[in-house]
Amino acid sequence: MANGKPPRLAFGVAAFLIYAFMYVPIAVLVGFSFQESRVLSWPIEAWSLRWYAALFENRQLLEALVNSLQVATACVVVTSLVGVPLALALRHFDHRFVALLERTILMPLIVPPLITGLAILLILNRAGIQLSLATIILGQSVVWMPIVVTQVYARLRSLDKELEHASMDLGANRLQTFFHVTLPSIRTSVVGSALLVFTLSFDELPVTFFLTGSENTLPMFIWSMLRIGITPEINAIASLTVLASILLTLAGIRLLLKKDKVR
Amino acid sequence: MTEASGAQRTRRFARPSLTTLVCGLAALVYVAVFIAYPYAHVGVFSFWEKDLYSIRPAFILDNYARIVERPLYLHVIGNSLRIAAFVTLISAVLGYTLAMFLERYAGRWKTLLFFLLIVPLWTSFLLRAYVWKIILGRNGLISGILGQFGIQPDDIGFMLYSEVSIVIALVYIFVPFVAIPVFAALEKIPPSYREASADLGARPFQTFLDVVFPLTVPSLLAGSTIVFCLSFGDFITPALLGGSDNIMIANIIIGQFGAAFDWPFGSALAIVVLATVMLVVTTAAWIGNRVAEGR
Repeated sequence: MANGKPPRLAFGVAAFLIYAFMYVPIAVLVGFSFQESRVLSWPIEAWSLRWYAALFENRQLLEALVNSLQVATACVVVTSLVGVPLALALRHFDHRFVALLERTILMPLIVPPLITGLAILLILNRAGIQLSLATIILGQSVVWMPIVVTQVYARLRSLDKELEHASMDLGANRLQTFFHVTLPSIRTSVVGSALLVFTLSFDELPVTFFLTGSENTLPMFIWSMLRIGITPEINAIASLTVLASILLTLAGIRLLLKKDKVR
Repeated sequence: MTEASGAQRTRRFARPSLTTLVCGLAALVYVAVFIAYPYAHVGVFSFWEKDLYSIRPAFILDNYARIVERPLYLHVIGNSLRIAAFVTLISAVLGYTLAMFLERYAGRWKTLLFFLLIVPLWTSFLLRAYVWKIILGRNGLISGILGQFGIQPDDIGFMLYSEVSIVIALVYIFVPFVAIPVFAALEKIPPSYREASADLGARPFQTFLDVVFPLTVPSLLAGSTIVFCLSFGDFITPALLGGSDNIMIANIIIGQFGAAFDWPFGSALAIVVLATVMLVVTTAAWIGNRVAEGR
């Protein structure tokens, strides 16, 4: 079979190079954040933590950070409150109807996000709604909704309906069945997709770009800093952001891959 | 509890209840108001008219005529299509290689390496594009390292602020989009398929071509489609890494909604992007179905 030495070696080398391609840049990003001089240049001559210290004195940056945390939290709340019932409802409908609905709900994930952003800008503008953090939350929720719906719906499909039937047979009403049987079975997919939505929302730029009023989010702030020029300060924020994303993602993925156990 | 009422409850659960109907209706309203209506409205807007400082409802084709008549816009659309095609092709090859390695040869490292594949997918797009500015930029890492060997930035000018740097950054961002679904498809193929093919005398490469590859085509297509659509409509990477000649269609759209303040024309360009995306998605789905049926 194909387990011979030459293909194994060739694939091993190729995979090593591709992983290097994926991870060396992150190392570079973090490395330059510890550089003393203001101008990024190689080789790094002196190391320092001054750019991290500078972050904590940057008022605008801290405000943007707080705004981003608010937006991400609100997006999690909105997508969970709308997305989970949506997934639950999908289960009870005809296959073709579900397929059509699913495809439409998925659209914002495939359409380049800036199109979704400007589309929502246009309807907000028509409705005479001022841009603010709330409009960012609306736009991002539309974009991240498919993640919650598809993750929860996938979990629901693998859930044995007999369990819910048994619960009803044993005298539980619909609400009790939901809270004692259905919800525990989909819990990890709900929490997992919530974590991913939080991470994605925290980093989102293209949709936010169109829907930002006077208050910036962190990616918008970084974007405006980048227009002026690149500095180790950006690398310091970037390193912290990437670190936070990695931690949240690991937690989220673990939950999504875990098999739920029904109590 | 009697058996009859148990069965009744079961039936009651299986039948859509009032709550489910309400949820379903809410789902429809959600899709109509927040997805269908906004996208459709972009279409309507693309026929509107821009006066000096105001935008008027109308039904004119001027915005589309402008796209076709001015060489600039066709040139930029061509740029975007070419960049998206290169990115898709390279990401597909690299992603497929990675998926095959993970499935066949990663052994006990499989779980860890799979995690390493997913993590970048969820980290900031902006920062992953930005990092290439540090690496490929005029005073960046590569020109710094080469400078130590006496090579001037001008000698490697093709890599800085060019189409090449945009493609590199986008491939960097999108490799996992192909690798993950292909890996999932490879994992689903029962070992017996390969064994049967080998028993019938097929060489490993032939088995791959005739048995394994066709089974991964739908996932490969799904991943590649997303890569194509998202890179076609990206404005961040060209803004950070492109030269003045490398702008993509999304940059022009943003200009129309910003300084140019020509929303109807921006909408017409957005419709071009939407139509391209729909065409690619539909074609990919059609090819996927053909391959699935052909087997």
